[in-house]
Amino acid sequence: MNESIYNHIDLPSNYRRRKITNAVMLSLTGLTVVLAVIPLIWITVYVVMKGGRYINLDLFTRLPAPMGMSGGGVLHAIEGTFVMVTLASLIAIPLALLAAFYLLARPNTTLAHALRFSTDMLAGIPSIVIGLFGYAVIVVTQKHFSAFAGGVVLAIIMLPVVLRSAEEMLKLVPGEMREGALALGSPEWMAALKVVLPAAAEGIITGIMLGIARAVGETAPLLFTALGNDNYEIGRIIRDGIHYHQSLGQILSNIFGQPADALPLTLWKYAQQPYQERVQLAWAVAFVLMVLALGLNVIARLWLAYRRRKLYG
Amino acid sequence: MPRKVLETELQSLKAQVLRLGDMVKQAMLDAIEALKHRDIEASQRIMDTDQQINALRFDIERAALVVIATQQPLAHDLRLLASILDIAGELERMGDYAKGIAKINILMGDKPLLKPLIDLPRMAEIATTMLEDALQAFVHDDAQTARAIPQRDDEVDALYNQIYRELITFMIQDPKTIDQANYLLWAAHNVERMADRVTNICERTLFTVTGEITELA
Amino acid sequence: MQPQIAFQQTDTTDLAVKMALNNLSVYYKDFRAIKDITLPVYEHRVTAIIGPSGCGKSTLLRALNRMNDLIPGARVEGEVLLDGENIYAPGQDVVDIRRRVGMVFQRPNPFPMSVYDNVAFGPRLLGLRKKAVLDEIVERSLRAAALWDHVKDKLGQSGMALSGGQQQRLCIARAIAVEPEVILMDEPTSALDPIATLNIEDLIQTLKENFTIVIVTHNMQQAARISDFTAFLSMDDDRAGYLVEFGPTVDLFTNPKEKLTEDYITGRFG
Repeated sequence: MNESIYNHIDLPSNYRRRKITNAVMLSLTGLTVVLAVIPLIWITVYVVMKGGRYINLDLFTRLPAPMGMSGGGVLHAIEGTFVMVTLASLIAIPLALLAAFYLLARPNTTLAHALRFSTDMLAGIPSIVIGLFGYAVIVVTQKHFSAFAGGVVLAIIMLPVVLRSAEEMLKLVPGEMREGALALGSPEWMAALKVVLPAAAEGIITGIMLGIARAVGETAPLLFTALGNDNYEIGRIIRDGIHYHQSLGQILSNIFGQPADALPLTLWKYAQQPYQERVQLAWAVAFVLMVLALGLNVIARLWLAYRRRKLYG
Repeated sequence: MPRKVLETELQSLKAQVLRLGDMVKQAMLDAIEALKHRDIEASQRIMDTDQQINALRFDIERAALVVIATQQPLAHDLRLLASILDIAGELERMGDYAKGIAKINILMGDKPLLKPLIDLPRMAEIATTMLEDALQAFVHDDAQTARAIPQRDDEVDALYNQIYRELITFMIQDPKTIDQANYLLWAAHNVERMADRVTNICERTLFTVTGEITELA
Repeated sequence: MQPQIAFQQTDTTDLAVKMALNNLSVYYKDFRAIKDITLPVYEHRVTAIIGPSGCGKSTLLRALNRMNDLIPGARVEGEVLLDGENIYAPGQDVVDIRRRVGMVFQRPNPFPMSVYDNVAFGPRLLGLRKKAVLDEIVERSLRAAALWDHVKDKLGQSGMALSGGQQQRLCIARAIAVEPEVILMDEPTSALDPIATLNIEDLIQTLKENFTIVIVTHNMQQAARISDFTAFLSMDDDRAGYLVEFGPTVDLFTNPKEKLTEDYITGRFG
């Protein structure tokens, strides 16, 4: 009485059609993978070809040669980037972690919602606007451009990246981990610091690396804050400081208090100069920036792999 | 090895089965001894012991059911528990045979025995030894011994037939002995039945070890 | 003389009551998760809490060491007595209650640190610094959790590198390192394989010699296997969990008093 559904179905043709669809879809996904990888490879090869040949020791150890002269390096930019990113990290990372812990412990308070909303807004503000803000608030008040101002705006740019990724990573730690510590009579802060933070360390480090990479690559906000300084050289500042018997505070204020350069800033400036030597230097900087980003990534991954081996055997 | 609780409880149940077996064996030997000496008081004590035997049987049953209910026994463990339930029942029935013999002694009152008991104690001796060996084989999963024990039943049967013929002769020669002879026949029959039931225990042992129900001769 | 089989105790007259719940209700904001639960927890015995999903088993368990305090909006009515004192009375120190009433969780949750540091976490928290004493506590606790022989050569290795069953035993060692009086276990074997589960069950039998144990399990057979007393919870129409029946495990699983209990343990529920 009940008629089988197979009286109305042509199984072989159905199977054939499904196999074909499957093959087509599979090839399409393969194609998109290739399409996604092409730009990466292209850029890498291009930058290596254009900039790779100008890489030499001078690049890392010397200041730029005067306009129109060949030779010289970008020590000033490397040191500037280092100083400003370090300052930015020192400001942004602790702040971001503390805020992330707050969000974890009290996820539904008004303050938490406000914090999350403003962080998202902050992440969406064009970096040049943040640079302008740094100019108005720090440069205008202090009446001069400085590495300090650059570091602060980079911190503002890093903050949302690190904060949101840290929050996500902390949320991934099983609640039982924290409860396990609390069940032993541990106070909240200790459970957070000793148990939850190490458990989320991998993800948080990744987030921090992302933040640093972002800060290292920023150009626009530095235009209004660090300005650029072809003669920025920490070694000289420190030597002079010692020579004139300056205090550590004075030396530090010399390091942070004067305009500084950064790798992307140098790249942007040199690339548009009419001198062949400067353009070549710009390509070399592009190469260094790329290696730096890649290197950060590799170091982070190696560290994570080491940690994972230690934790999970 | 995991399953400490299950293991402990199975061991404990086996120990209780052995204890019940000991009580039954002693009751049977005592019943025959009391009959032999026409000791009415001793028989009265044996009748009381039977209540303890019954109580222990129910305790074992309850405990085995609890183990089944709480410990989820499977395979050998499950067969062992099923066998324990069965054997506890067998032992209780054997206890009833002993009690029956005690009752016979009381019913015979002050009448003397037709003749001194020789074959009957011998029968009881063999039957209780069979029981003891069968229970040892059971708690030690000894299939080989369990298979051999029922053969000894032939000896018990032979003795029973001898007693039967003897008592029939008494009755034919002197109908006044019918009462007395009948009582003794009954007693012998009880011992014979007990030996039969030992075979059931051996079958349970084989079932526990191999998982197969075998009819032993 | 009555023959007695010793290993199934149903008589409670000789038992000391370690904890007692008196008309305990727990609310999450307006929702009543469990209502009017009254039951004793006998010392050196394993008490199992069973019941259908969502009947408030874990809520009940967490009320016993005030872990519910961590949930915003959670509120308790009634009493939970520990050695006769209400742990919810004003002036009670939560930290001290959790020291006396330890907890083992559903998923093994070793901290991201070495085996040694995991076990030493609790004692250190209480201010113990002496290395020799810590060493001894770590060894003693790991032995009690039947883990010492597996880890004695790799105490410095991360606790997360152990197998699931070993992780859970590490968590038990961590819990007993502070010498609690009661150990609460929230479905401690639900994330483990069958062999590891049976090992933990055996461990629980050993632990009850020194501790009082309350275990929540949704595995009814497990409750039957390891507990001395069982509390069966069910849910009312308003979704509040209530106590259907409490009694010796042996009685509850062979001859329950309530029809609902019988239906549940025989799988004819609902």
